[in-house]
Amino acid sequence: MLTAQGLACVRGDRLLFKDLGFVLEAGSLLYVLGENGSGKSSLLRMLCGLLMPGQGEILWAGKSIKSHAEQYLPNLKYLGHLNGLKDDLTALENLQMGARIAGQDVTAAAALAALTAIGIARCANLPVRVLSQGQKRRVALAALWLSRSPLWILDEPFAALDVAATEVLAARISEHLAAGGMTILTSHQDVPIKAKSTVSLSLSA
Amino acid sequence: MNQTWLTLLRRDLLLALRRRSDIATTLFFFVIVSSLFPLGIGPEPAVLSSIAPGVLWVAALLAGMISLGRLFAADFADGSLEQMLLAPQPLAWLVSAKIFAHWLVCGLPVVLLAPLIGLQYALPNDALWVLVYSLLLGTPTLSLIGAIGAALTLGVRGSGLLVALLVLPLYIPTLIFGAGAVAASQHGMSAEAHLSLLAAVSLLSLVLAPLATAAALRISVE
Repeated sequence: MLTAQGLACVRGDRLLFKDLGFVLEAGSLLYVLGENGSGKSSLLRMLCGLLMPGQGEILWAGKSIKSHAEQYLPNLKYLGHLNGLKDDLTALENLQMGARIAGQDVTAAAALAALTAIGIARCANLPVRVLSQGQKRRVALAALWLSRSPLWILDEPFAALDVAATEVLAARISEHLAAGGMTILTSHQDVPIKAKSTVSLSLSA
Repeated sequence: MNQTWLTLLRRDLLLALRRRSDIATTLFFFVIVSSLFPLGIGPEPAVLSSIAPGVLWVAALLAGMISLGRLFAADFADGSLEQMLLAPQPLAWLVSAKIFAHWLVCGLPVVLLAPLIGLQYALPNDALWVLVYSLLLGTPTLSLIGAIGAALTLGVRGSGLLVALLVLPLYIPTLIFGAGAVAASQHGMSAEAHLSLLAAVSLLSLVLAPLATAAALRISVE
């Protein structure tokens, strides 16, 4: 269970939001809505512990994510604006090494299966450098098929994806939620995701 | 825990291997800079061998520094640094893998090439060996301290020059003991004292630099 209490975000000398709080239970989806520049990405980075909140605290299973980071981080899968892929490595290498760095041993077969699931298996042995934006995004998202973390924090996961890939990803997120996972995401598209409970959080600029 | 460390090391070495021009730049810089001095100063062996320790060490120092910008910048730009920060392992431990990879790619080749360059300076056999030992003990410090500078200047415009300003003063002890070791052996004295001090600086930075680098990375990513 992820709990946020009284969060405030200050970037430069601008207050983006304050007194923001929510409780995210197993199986629920949190939709973060807001205009460009309203602090959506900052909020997600805060929830990962990459950005310190100006005020307030974030608790995972009742413990602060800051002081108990080593218990929190194995439960977290974050995908930000940046794909976190190395241009000179192939899609398969990227996926496998990325999972290992996150502390999870993944075989080449499992990584290939993940790439197949999101429909990019034919690019598995190409360096990521030569792939298009959407293809790169798919490679990064393939990590979700390998992830065993209960909490997914996804920043604009549907950006640059085509219709087919959007559907596949929405189905994967629904499956994750049905299995008792949690997902926090931002999106400018309206994508139907099945969840036990969906909370919308609106950030006003 | 070790698996993550090894994966990170392997990834960085693989990336270096696929982008060989980066390694070549460092090495070529070292070779060219240290070869320019004999050409400029003239071929008197006495003069050359007396300036050799300093010149070779300064060249090694600068060569190590020009590659520092790449240590974290690419990871920062493509988002893999964020993923590294979110790995369950302690960041300082992961950072040490990256620093080790940097040393293997940029430090070790300089150590191996140094005796060849040393021949140009008419260094006697003993001094050549001391040069290799001193570089072997000293170049890890250059990567370790350099990593702090690279992490602090991440995402800053004109970071290349800033790294030089931050890091070069911290290289001074290594330079003094390193060049001192070679000079001592040239004058028939034991280089042991200098080498011990060099090793001490290395050990100290081995303990402190990954921690400082990790802290700096957290600030830079925020």
